[in-house]
Amino acid sequence: MIVVNTESVPGYRIIQLKGLVQGNTIRAKHIGRDIGASLKNLVGGELTGYTELLTESRRQAMERMMQQAEQLGANAIVNVRFTTSSVAAGAAELYAYGTAVTVEPVA
Amino acid sequence: MEDVLPYLLFLLLFAAPFALGVIGKVRENAHLEDIKRRDEMHRGFPVVDIQVLPAGMEPRGSEIVLGQVVIASDYLKNFFASYRAIFGGEVKSFSRMVERGKAEARLRMIEEARGKGAAAVINVRFETSQIGAASGRAGQAMSEVLCYGTAIYT
Repeated sequence: MIVVNTESVPGYRIIQLKGLVQGNTIRAKHIGRDIGASLKNLVGGELTGYTELLTESRRQAMERMMQQAEQLGANAIVNVRFTTSSVAAGAAELYAYGTAVTVEPVA
Repeated sequence: MEDVLPYLLFLLLFAAPFALGVIGKVRENAHLEDIKRRDEMHRGFPVVDIQVLPAGMEPRGSEIVLGQVVIASDYLKNFFASYRAIFGGEVKSFSRMVERGKAEARLRMIEEARGKGAAAVINVRFETSQIGAASGRAGQAMSEVLCYGTAIYT
């Protein structure tokens, strides 16, 4: 599965549009991590625990999006976008979407 | 017991936030130095936010690459920023924090791309979002920065 955020896959041409695919996940923070983060918040800087959590969750959202594309019989997803929003205190929604397409090499 | 109380109060109200602020400042400067050094390392590697490939580049593969970071401000800055909110104007301490986050996310994306042997990154996008603190302290500034783009392999 080729996943890109450009409108076409460089070196390939789109032969069929399969439609919009999306994947999302809502993650709550682990209490231990939250305590660690609030301590870290005193001196500022990167909150490694949160970074890891969001990286992991975003990957999951992307995987769900890719699964959907596979079900549609696509071999690529173009123009991928991400959005993040906090739905409640301590929970974040990560959303990935793109257009599933079938591509073939130009040459 | 009674004579140590004022000192304890002083420590809690002024000395502690100040010390935390100093630690935060030192760490921030170290981080900014690190960003500068890494930026220097990746000079010449094409990273653009347009969808056009550098001239003469023959793409053989492409893949999305991401860099992300959650960054927080320190206690002292939060305190000063709450005063800044009264008069308005640029909140310098927070601009620096977000700037650090943006640079770190961008560098992580570049490092991922170069680690995989990419020749360029095109169509770079930034996204910043506020993620809620579970403890519900409204004054705490914490932001998530995501930087993503398409890595091109030749």
